Order: sequence, then structure tokens, then C-alpha cells
Amino acid sequence: MGDISTQLAHTVAEAYRARTPLKIRGGGSKADVLGRDVEGTPLDIAEHSGVIDYNPAELVLTARAGTPIAEINKLLGEQGQQLPPETPALAGKATLGGSLACNHSGPARPWQGSLRDMVLGTRLINGRGEQLRFGGQVMKNVAGYDVSRMQAGALGTLAVITELSLKVLPRPETTKTLAYSLSAHDALDVMRQRATEPRPLNAACWFEGTLYLRLSGAKAAVESTAQLWGGDSVEQPPWQAIADGELPCLNQAGSLYRLSVPTGSALAPSDSVLIDWGGAQRWVYDQPEIVAAAVSERGHAWLYRGGDRKNETAPPLTRTQRQLHTALKNAMDPEGILNPGRLYSWL
Amino acid sequence: MAARYYDPTLPMSEADSDAALPAIDADALITELRNIIPGDGVVVEREGLTPFECDGLMLYKALPLVAVMPRSKAEVQAVVKCCARHRVPVVARGSGTGICGGAMPHPEGVLLDLAKLDSIVAIDPLARTATLQPGVTNLRISQTAAKHGLYYAPDPSSQIACSIGGNVAENAGGVHCLKYGLTVNNLLSLEMLTADGELVRLGSDGLDNPGYDMMALITGSEGLLGVVTEVTVRLLPTPPCARVLLAGFPSVRAAGDAVGDIIADGIVPAGLEMMDKLAITAAEDFAQAGYPRDAEALLLCEVDGTEEEVASHTERVSALLNKAGATSVRVSDSEAERALLWKGRKSAFPAVGRLAPDYYCMDGTIPRSRISEVLEEINDRATAYGLSVANVFHAGDGNLHPLILYNAGDPDSVAKAEKLGSDILSLSVRVGGAITGEHGVGIEKLAHMAEQFGEAELRQMEEIKAAFDPALILNPGKGVPILKRCQEYRALPGKHNHG
Ligand SMILES: Cc1cc2nc3c(=O)[nH]c(=O)nc-3n(C[C@H](O)[C@H](O)[C@H](O)COP(=O)(O)OP(=O)(O)OC[C@H]3O[C@@H](n4cnc5c(N)ncnc54)[C@H](O)[C@@H]3O)c2cc1C
Repeated sequence: MGDISTQLAHTVAEAYRARTPLKIRGGGSKADVLGRDVEGTPLDIAEHSGVIDYNPAELVLTARAGTPIAEINKLLGEQGQQLPPETPALAGKATLGGSLACNHSGPARPWQGSLRDMVLGTRLINGRGEQLRFGGQVMKNVAGYDVSRMQAGALGTLAVITELSLKVLPRPETTKTLAYSLSAHDALDVMRQRATEPRPLNAACWFEGTLYLRLSGAKAAVESTAQLWGGDSVEQPPWQAIADGELPCLNQAGSLYRLSVPTGSALAPSDSVLIDWGGAQRWVYDQPEIVAAAVSERGHAWLYRGGDRKNETAPPLTRTQRQLHTALKNAMDPEGILNPGRLYSWL
Repeated sequence: MAARYYDPTLPMSEADSDAALPAIDADALITELRNIIPGDGVVVEREGLTPFECDGLMLYKALPLVAVMPRSKAEVQAVVKCCARHRVPVVARGSGTGICGGAMPHPEGVLLDLAKLDSIVAIDPLARTATLQPGVTNLRISQTAAKHGLYYAPDPSSQIACSIGGNVAENAGGVHCLKYGLTVNNLLSLEMLTADGELVRLGSDGLDNPGYDMMALITGSEGLLGVVTEVTVRLLPTPPCARVLLAGFPSVRAAGDAVGDIIADGIVPAGLEMMDKLAITAAEDFAQAGYPRDAEALLLCEVDGTEEEVASHTERVSALLNKAGATSVRVSDSEAERALLWKGRKSAFPAVGRLAPDYYCMDGTIPRSRISEVLEEINDRATAYGLSVANVFHAGDGNLHPLILYNAGDPDSVAKAEKLGSDILSLSVRVGGAITGEHGVGIEKLAHMAEQFGEAELRQMEEIKAAFDPALILNPGKGVPILKRCQEYRALPGKHNHG
């Protein structure tokens, strides 16, 4: 635990000069999901860890990228606050930097935003080994390009994230989970309908024949909504297990695809093992054709886990999108040494 | 050797000395543009160009070579392709309400007015999305969504006029952004023309972005990386209930502390705004909203949600305000009263504008905890320059809007106002904040970018600009300073220069 950013920058600068690829590693919690397998000299970030600044009254937390999400959750919890996206802690292994690089969010994401939405500022090391700082600790900042937020989902192919400042939020006063026995189709209809109502809904998922809705907020509002919506009250809700990917249905053998689609998409409701995010995130096994189908629905699909991870795992891009990706990669990592091929084989 | 940054105040000849671009064949350009946009959509006469000479910040003016008013996406695309071929600067313009000089024309370029692209392409109530052409005004989105019980959360005070394209380009905020986020947090996808006129879609109608989050990069990029041609935004269910609390305080410090107390108590209000004495008086004279004239500062705190939630939060906020030393607390009892209490705040800029011939609006953000200290220092400096400053701002997110009162007809007053403005920006950076929270850098704050960022960051941003726009034709000379050695494009004029 400590500040090893100078050392990290030095290593990257060396690699830049020698043109040797680096494989950036946080806690290793997502090593075999989302991206492709890559070769490279490991660059370990886990040691670059620790909360640097946390001021509950400002709703701002600043921590080094290697800090485990679990540690941050604990600290915030002690002050009655939370990371709004329910960022998965993955058995204590997920780190803050890795979570932003993958933009990994839990079930609250449609209502409370993703880690990308919470970013106020970052410290980064670009592909030349330069230490850069973008944004800061204030809530609003539109000076210059939003290079910080752009790291979300880049899987470390643009820069090494070394520090993050985030907006955090108070924990809701009360939460309550309601369950309903429904088919996937019917559950989707209910989720979509409920999401248009001005009620304190902040999670909606379906798996194994059950729709779960979570209410959270002021006690009176939660109670009155629960009464209005009916359903069975659930004592042991599945949200934590969903966030951490521990549901049995997400851990079967086979190639697991993660779909990010408009909630009205007709894609695979009944084939999905889990529908989350109020219908916007769906999980299916062994359907390679779904990757192209998702694009035509203005969404996308990842080969999340399993399958051929030497081949592409990320959603296909158009020619112009590819050109912009390549240009941006060259602008931040001109020698292509940061996680080359992790996001796309050609990037 | 320290780098030299582009300085908008440089006299033209000096800034021009490195210009490497060939002279523009204006006649050929205009002929081509007229072929693309038939009718009166291409303007070259001075009278026709004057309405475009500046945005809401009238300190900086220039006339473009030509202004175009396309009516369709195809025309916009053809215009951008034409400009790319001629390597002519293109400055996109939405409604021109920006207040950083972002939409100020380039004297040797094309002013691309997007106001005529104003169709609402689609509203999908169940998916809670609206797809819009860039010229649709902010307020119209919520007005149109209202029949579905939905609204668009970011609400800049200029919402009657400003366009969604301009909102994206500036990452606009508003009173409700404290709870619901800025423009960037309320977008699903964008369609954009690249610098060479290729259409590309960024983001997706799902919640996550495939590949790099270029939608985030484009949001707030001030028209420097692409021309936005379509925007899909997320809509929210309209809260069934909202109330506003109005509290007067005997000092700015007490009001500032109350802001921290509310946030620390675990409540995120829908809005939390502060006004100082000068602003209170001006707003009350203008709107007769019943603001406490004897208070040194006031807070407006809105809570929204279900009836029960609002009742519970009103009670808690009320208690906190009293405990923090409020001399008066008033809670809106009806929609009419709520509207009245907001009317004072929403008309505060024009109301303050009546106190002096002109006002200059600043936009720094600072950590919330430093509000009172910073306001005091601003006041001290204003006094030293012999100027007055009224403050009316988004206290909940520490976004200050000091309004400097001055007289544009008096060069000495202008110089002092600009100096004070510059001091305020530096002060914001010094206390750990930013030179702009929502209005953007434009041409106004370009010189201050070097205070906010180091050389390596500026170089990195310049490389990002070049990745999207290698010929530097998109709104050149704004937003992000270009290192002098790379300054290929033609220079901008100095201040008050009519091209
Ligand atoms: C009285 C008043 C109150 C205001 N209050 C607020 C407030 O509360 N919050 C806030 O955030 N702002 C506020 N503003 C500032 C301004 O209204 C916003 O910045 C707004 O987003 C600008 O929109 P516009 O359509 O007028 O853009 P313009 O002024 O026309 O353009 C702004 C910038 O965007 C670029 N641009 C415009 N359209 C496009 C496009 N389609 N593609 C690419 N680039 C484009 C332009 O080149 C320019 O750089 C206020 C302004 C005034 C005058």
C-alpha cells in the first residue's frame, strides 16, 4: 500500500523507448472476462493502493487505482455513503482502476449511473510514460477534453489509470425488494412500465422465473410504493450475488455473452439466463450470432467469458468508429504498448 | 524551453506569422455552398452576417467569411465535406447563447448555423428516450415529453433558447444537475460528423458504450472534435411532488455552512442555489418573489420525489436550515408559489443586468467547503478595482457565477472587469477548483488553460484534437490552446475586432 506512481511511470517510459508491450494488472479479478488474452510484461497496479482523500461532506473520494473496491465500500459504509453504481467487489479482488477500465457496474446502474458517471478526475500515465492529471475533485469541470471519462471501458489500452476522484452518494434510508413469478417476456414488460413511474425503483432484474424489483429511498416512499405494487417481500435479495457475478446461472460452462441493448429490444428475452438493468443488460450462452444482431438493435454484445479469447470479444465497430479508435490510441499510446490487443486485435 | 501558448490577445500580425495554410478561394467556396444549400441559406452580406458576430459573450466578435443555414443532415454533411476539401474553418452554432465565445465565427471560415435542424425525431416513452436534431431547444424536450409523464433533467437557465447540440458541445448543467447529473450523464448516443464529413454514431441505445467512450469525449468538446447531428437523451419520470425552501441568512458564511450541512445529512436536493445580498435585492426588485431583503445571503433548496419523500425531506432540511442560523425559512405551499420562488432565481441574471450597463458572468467551480472564503476574497478584490459583484450560483455543486458589473462603453471599466474575471479564475484553480464548471473555455478562458493544466496535459489534448481533426478546421482557436509551434491554422482576431 502506497504511492508507486513514479516507478510505474518510469516502467512505462522504459517500455515506450524499448517498444515492449505491457500487460496492466489490477487485482486480476477480470483477467479472464471481457477483453482478449494479451501478451506482455506484467505491470502490477495492485500495490499502488490507498485512499488519499475522503471528505464525506463534499461527497468526494480520491483513491489510488489499486485500492480494492471492497476497502472503499467499507470506508464509505462507515459514513453512511456508497459508490452509486454498486461496483462489483469480486471477492475483494476488484480494484478501483480496473473497475473504471472495464466500467463495471452492479444492478443499480440504470438509476444511479456507472463509475464513468461518477468520475470527477483522474491521474493517468500515457503510453509515453508521462504522468497526466485531468479533472479534479470538484463536481463540475468542463475545462478541456474529458480524458478521464474516456478511460471507462478502454480496458487500459489508452493509459494506465493511477488515481481516481469520484462522486459518492449517501446510502438510501431504506431498501426493499419485491418478487413476482413471471415469464421473461412479462417481466420485461413490467420492468419497463415500472421504470416510467415516478417511484423509488433502483434495480430490476429477472432470472429463473422470478422478477425482482428493488425500492430504495425515504422510508415512507418505499413503504407506500411497496404497498401499491404488491409482490412478495424478499428477505435475502439477489443483488449482491448479481453484482459479484456469483449467481449459478452466470457460472455455467459455455460461452457467456453479455448484451447491452435498449430495454425494448426483442433480442433473446426467453434465452437469457439473467435480465438485469431493467431490461438493458441480458446474459445468454452460446449464441455467437447475437453479436451482429445486437448491433442492428442499436445495442451491442460482448463475448463476456469463455469461447475463443484469441479472437475478438468486444462488439464490432463501423469503419469510421475503427478509424477514430486507432487515431485516439495513437494519440495516447503512440507505440501501442499498453495492453495491446486487449480490447480489439487491431488496437 | 517553456512552450508558448496561443494567446487570443496577441495582435493579429504576430499570431499570423506562422500561418501555413493556402489562401482560401472564397468565390469557389461560396459557389459550392450555394449549390449545396439552395435559396437564402448562404449569407455573405455584412448585414446578414452581423447577427452571428458573437454568442452571448459580447466581448469577443468577428464576422465569418460566410454563414450557412442548412435544413437537413445531408446538407450539413455536404457543407462539412466542402469545408474539409477547402481546408476552411467551420464553427458550428446552435442558438448562440454560449457565454465563452465558443460560437464566435472565424473570420476566414464558415459559420454553420444548425438552428433549422430542429425536429424531434422520436420519443419512446417506454424506453424513456428522446431522439433529437441538434437545433431542438432544451425546454422543448421536456415540454414534448410531458404528455408521457417524463422530462429531460439538465435545465440550464437559458433553456428556452439554447439547443441540445450546444448543450452537448458545452456539457451544460443547470439547477437540477446536483441530483440528476450534467448533460454527459443524461445522454445515450450521439451521431456526429467527423472533420472530413463522415457520419459516425457514438454511444448506444443500451446503457454502455462499445469500445472507447467517445461520447464522453465529445460532450463538452466545444465543437472542436465533430459536428453533432443527432442526440438521443434519457428521460426521467416527472416527480409527482416538489417543494422549494427559501432561507435567509445573516451572513454568506452561515449560508455556505448550511449547504454543507444539508449534503452531509444524506440528502441530495434536486437543486441548491445561493444568492448574495446584491443579487437578492436585484432579483426582488425584478420578480417580487418575497425574498428577504434584509438577508446577506439566501438559499433555495428544492426537494422532489413522492409526496411522502418530499414531506420527510422538507422537514429535515427545514430543521437543518434553522439550526444553521437561518433568519427566515419559507416552504412553498403550491406549484404557483414554487414557481414564484424560482422566478427570482431564474431571472437573476437579467435582474442584476439592470444594476449596471453590462455584466460579465464567471463560472469557476470550487470545493463546497470553500464557498464563503472564496466569495469574501472575490468581494475584496472587486472593491480594490472599484467594481461590484453579485453572486447567484449553484451552491450544491460549488459552481460559482460571480456577475461582475461594469460599463462596456468605458475602456477602463472593461479592462478592470476582465482583470477581476481573470483573478477569479486563478483563485478557483488555486483553491483546487476549475476555471469553468458549465460554460466552457471558448475563446474567453483559453489563456487560463495553462493555469489549469500542465504542458504535458495540454500537449495530450492537442494530440487528441489532431486525432479527430488533423487539418484543424473544427472551431480552431477555441477550447484547447494549440502550442504555438503547431499552430498551423489561421489566427483569430483580437478582441473587439470585426473581422
Ligand atoms: C442567461 C444565460 C444563462 C445561462 N445559464 C446556463 C446554465 O444554467 N447552465 C449552463 O450550462 N449554461 C448556461 N448558459 C450558457 C449556454 O446557454 C450553454 O452553454 C448552452 O449549452 C449553449 O447552447 P447553444 O445552443 O446556445 O450553443 P452555442 O452558443 O450556439 O454554441 C456553444 C458551443 O457549442 C458548439 N456547438 C453548437 N452546436 C453544436 C453542434 N451541433 N455540434 C458541435 N458543436 C456545436 C459551438 O461551436 C460553440 O462552441 C447560459 C447562458 C445565458 C446567456
